[in-house]
Amino acid sequence: MPFVPPQASSFAPHVDALYGFMIAVTAFFSILIGTLVVVFAIKYHRKSPDEVATEIHESAVLEIAWTIIPVGIVLVMFYWGAQVYFRITRPPADAIEIYVTGKQWMWKIQHADGHREMNELHVPVDRPIRLTMASEDVIHSFFVPAFRFKRDVVPGRFSTAWFEATEPGKYHLFCAEFCGTRHSGMIGWVYVMTPPEYQAWLSGGVAGESLAAAGAKRFVEHACNTCHGDQPGARGPSLNGIFGKPVRLQGGGTVLVDEAYIRDSIVNPHGKLVEGYPPIMPTFQGLISEEGLLQLTAYIKSLSPAAAPGAVTPMPAAAAAERKPAKP
Amino acid sequence: MSATAPDETPRVAERPNYLNTGYGVKSWLLTIDHKRIAILYLIGVTFFFAIGGLYAAAIRLELLTPAGDVFQSETYNKLFTTHGVMMVFFFMIPGIPGVLGNFLIPLMIGAKDVAFPRLNLLSWYLYIIGGLLALWATVHGGVDTGWTFYTPYSTVYSNGWVVVTGVGVFISGFSSILTGLNFLVTLHTMRAPGMGWTRMPLFCWSMYATAIIQILGTPVIAITLLLLVAERVFHLGVFDPAQGGDPVLFQHLFWFYSHPAVYIMILPAMGVISELVTAFARKPIFGYKFIAASSVAIATLSFLVWGHHMFVSGQSVYAGLVFSILSFMVGVPSAIKVFNWTATLYKGSVSYQTPLLYAIGFIGLFTFGGLTGLMLAALGLDIHVHDTYFIVAHFHYIMVGGTIMAYLGGLHYWWPKISGRLYPEYWSRVSAWVIFIGFNLTFFPQFIVGYLGMPRRYHAYPEEFQVLNVMSTAGASILGIGYVIPLVYFAWSMRYGKRAADNPWGATGLEWETPSPPPTENFAVTPTVTGRPYDYLTGREEAAAG
Repeated sequence: MPFVPPQASSFAPHVDALYGFMIAVTAFFSILIGTLVVVFAIKYHRKSPDEVATEIHESAVLEIAWTIIPVGIVLVMFYWGAQVYFRITRPPADAIEIYVTGKQWMWKIQHADGHREMNELHVPVDRPIRLTMASEDVIHSFFVPAFRFKRDVVPGRFSTAWFEATEPGKYHLFCAEFCGTRHSGMIGWVYVMTPPEYQAWLSGGVAGESLAAAGAKRFVEHACNTCHGDQPGARGPSLNGIFGKPVRLQGGGTVLVDEAYIRDSIVNPHGKLVEGYPPIMPTFQGLISEEGLLQLTAYIKSLSPAAAPGAVTPMPAAAAAERKPAKP
Repeated sequence: MSATAPDETPRVAERPNYLNTGYGVKSWLLTIDHKRIAILYLIGVTFFFAIGGLYAAAIRLELLTPAGDVFQSETYNKLFTTHGVMMVFFFMIPGIPGVLGNFLIPLMIGAKDVAFPRLNLLSWYLYIIGGLLALWATVHGGVDTGWTFYTPYSTVYSNGWVVVTGVGVFISGFSSILTGLNFLVTLHTMRAPGMGWTRMPLFCWSMYATAIIQILGTPVIAITLLLLVAERVFHLGVFDPAQGGDPVLFQHLFWFYSHPAVYIMILPAMGVISELVTAFARKPIFGYKFIAASSVAIATLSFLVWGHHMFVSGQSVYAGLVFSILSFMVGVPSAIKVFNWTATLYKGSVSYQTPLLYAIGFIGLFTFGGLTGLMLAALGLDIHVHDTYFIVAHFHYIMVGGTIMAYLGGLHYWWPKISGRLYPEYWSRVSAWVIFIGFNLTFFPQFIVGYLGMPRRYHAYPEEFQVLNVMSTAGASILGIGYVIPLVYFAWSMRYGKRAADNPWGATGLEWETPSPPPTENFAVTPTVTGRPYDYLTGREEAAAG
């Protein structure tokens, strides 16, 4: 019986190394305390009913020692844990973008090129994958034990996280945050594929439009283009080339244009208003689905090709034409 | 059990004590005697513990097989919710303070009662009303949110009786606040002449630290539950993203109380262990001031660590760092206590009677549970084990391996004082071992299955986790038997147990200087304290001289 799940991501060896160290510390102190307690209890067993123990009240040296030593040990643990954490929280610039929507009780995956999956995620090995995740209802949590990877998917915001798979194979995907009746059924599989396999999988379907293209359609559908077009004197700011750059806000301050800011600006446009524009945009809260918001975000990102991390190279049209439709 | 006939000591010769002052229902339900209120709490917490235990049994039965085949998913979700709500709010939090705190604090400090005896009775009624209301809601209506009530599931999506359960917990929160207030004032104003702060028994110190958390923390959960109810009923929008609210805000508010609440559960247990170790080593506690100070340090730090429940919810990296280091730091005063207990046994005169068996079990299980808690404070590691069975195993090591072991150890130690009777030593040792073995078999496999990735609150699970779950269920069956044994012999001993001497253990402490069971007014003459606590040598010399 294994004691750790398969190590299939770049984080896994680091997390397991820290785990190993902490198990060693736990074992050492548990055995130390356990042994001392048992040895003392046996060695100093009461021999006669009226026996009295030696009076020992305290020792400043011992108290200081067993305060300082634990502080030192936990500081090492803290530093090590923080290092692993930073590795997990900093996505590299060249990651492949994948969009995830959680809803009771399924995972819907959208690839940048329009490929859709349900409760399955196909990724290539040895390439960083960046997930932008949204929830349509309650809090979910995207958990792949083999990757030592977990991230809550909170409604009302985008949650972003990344991983890099290192071993081809099929791994569990779980929802880790209790989300209602069929919580334990909100599971699926992550398929890590070698590059040739991944290419074959990508080209093995009927055409779907790319995420950005779907977003572009919605952009027109919701009449975003009437104000955010590029014509002079437009009522809203142009969205070309803004992603990944700071913009100045009404009333001072700046904000970095990222996925979260784009989402906020659609559902709560007056929250962080760009300087020089009147607060006239209506809210689209409840009018656009979470998947639609992800598509619009993907489209707006595509307007800043240089800044958008990990834009996937567009697929050859011929290959795209053969893609099969998304699973139900 | 050697004696099967009632102890024939004639009743007429029985000294007047708190138990024989009245036998009517009214004499119990309207009592303002802290000792009788402690018995009322004993009945209450035993009842809710039994309910919580039955629900745990149902959970373990379902998890025997990977498929969700015994109960429906919705039923299963209600089972673990009820188990959590009953155990946390109506057993763990009121348990040691309500039973042992109520019985012992006035006795230990040489007082006639607590500072506000009527308020004390009100605390019990609030507790029982809140508990029964929550029980009715979870059994009759059903609640499937988990005891943590996370939004927006609890406010918008759940069909259960969240509001009634929330009101039940809200009401019993006032019981907790009033008890804390009562104990705090009692400890400040009613200590016997000569009992300075550094002469106070360590159980009182830990109850003092607990009272601080109860008074400062509980109002926050009360407000949070009110917001939850307002959100669910009036669609207030504080936690609703569709109205500009933030669901994670609920988690911050909830854990701002509920993490300190973990220390409401464990601090009294630590106090019990300090008393047991010194009594059965017949030796002054090692590092009295450090143990007392570490209780206060734990109470203070406990308010600064709540964010470690949100390491994967998207809170800022820097907030994560601060909460991580503070969570590590709260481990240090706990370590200090463990080292001091161990050192107390060194060169002691150690008698392995049942309470010490429980105390040794506590030290081992708490040490292990605490160290696994450090793994959860480590940011990079918590990402993986968060919301898995690893967490479930960790907090059961602290709550069941820690608090319940200490509670049972304390109940055995003070049972002669409480009931005036002795329990059968053989069976009590058997139960201590059965509980220790059953506990480890139940919860140790859960660390492994958690690290392997099994999420908590899963009705069905992948097949590769079955072996460990079967071990866990087998352990739970043993643990269940272990808990039934003391229930039987404690009940038996009330009628058939040998009469206890005033100080059957040869222990120090004012509670042992009064008869067993104590008279209603506790002490015929208010005692005067002349020395430090746990002074076994001087006590013996005086006895020899006198």
